Amino acid sequence: MFISDTWVLTLATFLPLVGAVIVMALPKAEEQAIKFVALGTSLLVAAIGVMLLIDFNYGAAGELQYVVDESWIDIINSRYIMGMDGISFPLILLTMLVVPLTIVYTFGHFPEPHNPKAFLSLMLILETGMIGTFVAQDLILFFVFFEVVLLPMYFMIGVWGGEDRKYASLKFFLYTLFGSALMLVSFVALYFLADGELAGVTTNTFDMRALPAAAGAIATTSQLWIFGGMFIGFGVKVPMFPFHTWLPDAHTQAPTQGSVILAAVLLKLGTYGFVRIAIPILPRAAAEWAPFIGLLAVIGIIYGALGCLAQTDMKRLIAFSSVAHMGFVMLGIATLTDFGINAAIFGMVAHGLITGMLFFIAGSTKDRFHTLDMSRLGGLLLQVPRMGWILGFSIMASLGLPGLAGFWGEFPAILASYNPAEILNENTFRVYMVIAAVGTVIAAGYLLWTLQKVAFGTVSEEFENDPNIYAITIYEWIAWIPMLVLIVVLGVYPNLLFDITDPAVTNSLSECLSLSGDAADACFDAGQALGN
Amino acid sequence: MSLATPMTEVPVEEHGAETGHALVTEMYQPTGFFLENVWIIPAVMAVSFLIILFFGKRFAKKGSEVGLAAIGISWVLAVITGIQWISQRGKVPEAEGSGEHAAGALLAAGEEATEGAEIGINAVVRTITWWSNGGIDFPVGTLVDGLTIMMLFVVTSISLLVHVYSTDYVAGDRRYTHFFAFLSLFTAAMLFFVVSENIIQMIVGWELVGVCSFVLIGHWWEDQENSDAALKAFLTNRVGDVGLLVGMIMLFWAAGTFETLDINRMINNGEIGHTTLLIASLSLLAAVMSKSGQFVLHTWLPDAMAGPTPVSALIHAATMVVAGVYMVARLYPVFYEGMSISGSSINALAVIGSITVVFGGLLAFVQDDIKKVLAYSTISQLGYMILALGVGAWTAAMFHLFTHAFFKAGLFLGAGSVSHSVHSFDMKKEMGGLRKFMPTTYKTFVVSSLALAGVFPLAGFWSKDEILVGTGGWGLFGGTGGNGAYTLMLVMGIVGAALTGAYMTRVIYLTFFGEFRGHGTPHESGKRITTPLIILAGMAAVAGLLNLPAGFITGSHDGWQERFGHYVEPTADYFPAISHGIPSYSLAIVSSLIAFAGIGYAYYYYFVKVAAQSPTATELSSGLTSTNKVAKAGHTLLKNKYYLDHLYTGIITGFTKGPLAKSTYWFNQNVIDRTVDNVGRGAVKGGQFIYDKVDQGFIDGAVNATGTASQGAGQELRLMQNGRVQRYATFLFVAATILAGIFTVIV
Amino acid sequence: MILNQFLLLAAILFCLGVYGALARRNAVLVLMSIELILNSVNINLVAFGAYHGNLSGEVFALFIIAVAAAEVGIGLAIVLLIYRNRRSIDLNQADLMKG
Repeated sequence: MFISDTWVLTLATFLPLVGAVIVMALPKAEEQAIKFVALGTSLLVAAIGVMLLIDFNYGAAGELQYVVDESWIDIINSRYIMGMDGISFPLILLTMLVVPLTIVYTFGHFPEPHNPKAFLSLMLILETGMIGTFVAQDLILFFVFFEVVLLPMYFMIGVWGGEDRKYASLKFFLYTLFGSALMLVSFVALYFLADGELAGVTTNTFDMRALPAAAGAIATTSQLWIFGGMFIGFGVKVPMFPFHTWLPDAHTQAPTQGSVILAAVLLKLGTYGFVRIAIPILPRAAAEWAPFIGLLAVIGIIYGALGCLAQTDMKRLIAFSSVAHMGFVMLGIATLTDFGINAAIFGMVAHGLITGMLFFIAGSTKDRFHTLDMSRLGGLLLQVPRMGWILGFSIMASLGLPGLAGFWGEFPAILASYNPAEILNENTFRVYMVIAAVGTVIAAGYLLWTLQKVAFGTVSEEFENDPNIYAITIYEWIAWIPMLVLIVVLGVYPNLLFDITDPAVTNSLSECLSLSGDAADACFDAGQALGN
Repeated sequence: MSLATPMTEVPVEEHGAETGHALVTEMYQPTGFFLENVWIIPAVMAVSFLIILFFGKRFAKKGSEVGLAAIGISWVLAVITGIQWISQRGKVPEAEGSGEHAAGALLAAGEEATEGAEIGINAVVRTITWWSNGGIDFPVGTLVDGLTIMMLFVVTSISLLVHVYSTDYVAGDRRYTHFFAFLSLFTAAMLFFVVSENIIQMIVGWELVGVCSFVLIGHWWEDQENSDAALKAFLTNRVGDVGLLVGMIMLFWAAGTFETLDINRMINNGEIGHTTLLIASLSLLAAVMSKSGQFVLHTWLPDAMAGPTPVSALIHAATMVVAGVYMVARLYPVFYEGMSISGSSINALAVIGSITVVFGGLLAFVQDDIKKVLAYSTISQLGYMILALGVGAWTAAMFHLFTHAFFKAGLFLGAGSVSHSVHSFDMKKEMGGLRKFMPTTYKTFVVSSLALAGVFPLAGFWSKDEILVGTGGWGLFGGTGGNGAYTLMLVMGIVGAALTGAYMTRVIYLTFFGEFRGHGTPHESGKRITTPLIILAGMAAVAGLLNLPAGFITGSHDGWQERFGHYVEPTADYFPAISHGIPSYSLAIVSSLIAFAGIGYAYYYYFVKVAAQSPTATELSSGLTSTNKVAKAGHTLLKNKYYLDHLYTGIITGFTKGPLAKSTYWFNQNVIDRTVDNVGRGAVKGGQFIYDKVDQGFIDGAVNATGTASQGAGQELRLMQNGRVQRYATFLFVAATILAGIFTVIV
Repeated sequence: MILNQFLLLAAILFCLGVYGALARRNAVLVLMSIELILNSVNINLVAFGAYHGNLSGEVFALFIIAVAAAEVGIGLAIVLLIYRNRRSIDLNQADLMKG
């Protein structure tokens, strides 16, 4: 290992914050310097990501690597613990990829009011929050980073957003904060109630590595309530039906860069929370809640798709499609099998790339046409052919075409639904499977309809001779090509991700989930072995 | 990588004893460079796609030369691979004829040599690991056996001819390069599909050809009709794909593997439950219905004619639409066992197929657009293939697939040649009397049509006849064998043959006879268009010889009969022991007579009566439909395509996109979001209430009250100060007295 | 000697003086009343001095006479000034410090 275990994750987390501080210290007029520092910082973080790619021990992807464990807030036994394993690694890489690309895109598309200093420093603070959430292994640390992402996004939407931005940003902030408050209650409850007999680990801890074993002793009813609190907290972020209504407004009003980061990474914080915290620590409660989660997931798939069909604004349509896609991810998670959760993580990464791409295109369309009203758009393939191509490609990826990344997010989730964990009722999940499969039809419907409206057809008179409709700029190319390539690569060779996530996911699932009925109860009562 | 070892012992199954087909006790493992590296063939086309996509415009012929070269190479490789397979197959002694018992000279350790055993030939399988999940590694790879070889040949041949044809037909098009790029991609996807080693690959290939179809149908997407047709095709296929996913997933979990061959073997050994297979096969049937244009999900096919004609020929006649048929053929044990094909007289597959045959044929009568006639004809012929599979006549279905590909492609390309000349597809308005202007097209078209109608001795006769024989329903006149007694299907099949002959005669009359009704001067098309037509017509004529029924000419079972079946039908442990029908002269004669009757009636109607009416007439002005109400109603029903489109587009899609989606969105905004907003507003109001009443009123009030109280007290006490010293002194004195009293008395 | 009679006399004079100091409106009469109070105290002191055979009582009384004289002098001067400024020595009218 040529990078030190102990500081690499801390560096990756806080380097963007340092960059943000430097940017804030620079005078507002020095735009070049600001851009340089911001891009440089994000590229440095990406370079750390590359180093991690090389240095990661793929054979031990199921174990936490680069672990840091320092004392932090002794009085509540909350420690500064960071670590990375196969579950968080892809998401961290996704973050490290998306932020520099967004910054590059920003260089060509600064939103009004023009304030690069504030905008870029907020983006960097966001990056800190996002990476921090994925590497944190202590519940309080996790909570801190989970909340850190709220404020920059609030400002990004509230200052640089569309017409209804105040409402949207406030709604986003308060809604997710509400969820997080309940989540915090759950965390605190875990702290106080999880004091099973552990060898060598102090009880009453926030340490996410020790809690799966410790939480086994909590009474079932309490477990259900605690899980419920976390469910609300993460569920609002995912977003799950019916807590999703903040998303369309936030996405529609946010500036392009905000939408991209929101879709690509921030939504994953919720699902990551389920995979990393809720299910490993409280498998018994997870098994009770799973059918309900699955139900909400498939409702989300159909509901999101139907909502898309009713839209005329392109960005709002893509926002609803996010609800539908995250429904597939949650369905995979609800099956409580390694098949399903692997599918979910792949789906997270794929959705991040694909929907991020769609939002980029929507933003570029808005910049050129100054409208996203699909009844007014048309003939994009004639006016900006390459952008029409990329839109077509992204749409094909979004509807789950095999050979592109989206397929491996949807298909294994549907596959897993047929045969969920033993402890769950398979008939329920088979019904969900059929509903999800029907959802793919509606998904194809709205996506191709969008393509037809925007890209096909002839150019409308309104925009026929508009000089503002320029070809793709160099910034856009640089921002988009890595994502497009990655969508193809992951689609053709999905093992790149599955190899990394599989061991970690298998480790995170309790053995008791593969038993059913009384055997499972006995297994849970006997307590879980440390580290599964 | 996994290669099956030669001479695998396979468990003996009981089925063979019942149906009379020989058992497979051992298998020979073929080898060969091309068999093992068949992945090169789709790879060549994929590389060609990328080259044309990114660099096509820079080439002299705008990328078409790249496509042509690639498909040429692929064709050659496919032929060589076929030759290798044939030579390998020759190493295994063949069973003597169909439905009879093989003596099997090379029997290994005796076991239960009930009715004679057979040496099978295994498929060539090559894999590498693709993805892993839950600790299991899933492979990707190729599977080559006789069926694969046949499909490779068909796909590459038709694609090659279409490539050549397109260089002339699509010349000057605004998206010429793009067209050739996607022709290459489609061919690559189709080839990938037919060499699939496991069912996930099949799903991948299935979807990819669907996307290519979408792109190519909507080739001229400036017009909304074309992009609508493309969307319709894709969405209808997606609906069927629900069935595909469900079926494949069920098979995976039941068998524990994605490998096609292993699943088949497990079913043959009875390791998978019947109910599972039934549900799986019904789900997969839904997928077949959409992809292979079976009734009820066929409505996209006629609309797909909006795409360029070479696309229609390649995709919607010869190759993509047969993907469903191929899938059934590849996973035949699923259907054979799941739908209990043997020993029945009716099952879902056969019913759907036979309905499609008749309904598609009927619809072909009322079309004015020549391509639409051919589209419905394709639907009808696909019905034949599914029908054949449904009655257990596997080889007949594959043979019909083979022959149909050639003559249908020939017909489509012929229609394209005609339209290239008259710039329209409307038979009634723009064509007529073209046999004088386009002799080559005319001749090839007629040959292909006769083949389609099943006229002896052209290819269609042999393949259709074999299907009819396979139904096993001709017990009356000596035709026996087969897997059941599917009399109804036999009847439908014969009716279909009559219809086919009739509507094709109509097309020929309207297009090539009478007087020219269009504009301009039509002329014969160039060499690059006519040469493929000639080749295809030639194949349509002679392809029948590949599968002459046993005992046909010489009464014996010599080696050169049933070549096709010999090489294509698997003799292996992964193929169920199906029975074969015994051909009968009487059936052949009766069916031919009925087909001729159809042709004859149409001939009479058009060539005699309509021609007598006027050289430019296209239909009888006082025909049946204008006099008979029932006929008119039937005609209207057909004209409206059984109102299915109205149902799908107007009602189902319209409902989903309109009221359903809008009401969902309304619910979202006005119920859920309003609740959220009301929570927000409620919180604000609550906050205001608390602020006003509790904070300001109560708590702050208490604070203020202290001030007011102090002030009030002060106001009162101030009155004591009246400025008079004596009053003060009085107080002093009184207080002093009291204090003195207290101190003296009490203290 | 009989102490009580002297004490009683002093008490009566004291009460008369207090009454006068508190209730009379004429400032001079108030001063006279105060003299009366002081003198009653004198009687008390002398009586006790004679009773105990101690001269301290008489000495004290001399002090009080001197202080009383001084006090009356100043008091009368103030009353004179009040009269000059306000034309009246009615104490009820001297209520400028009314709050």
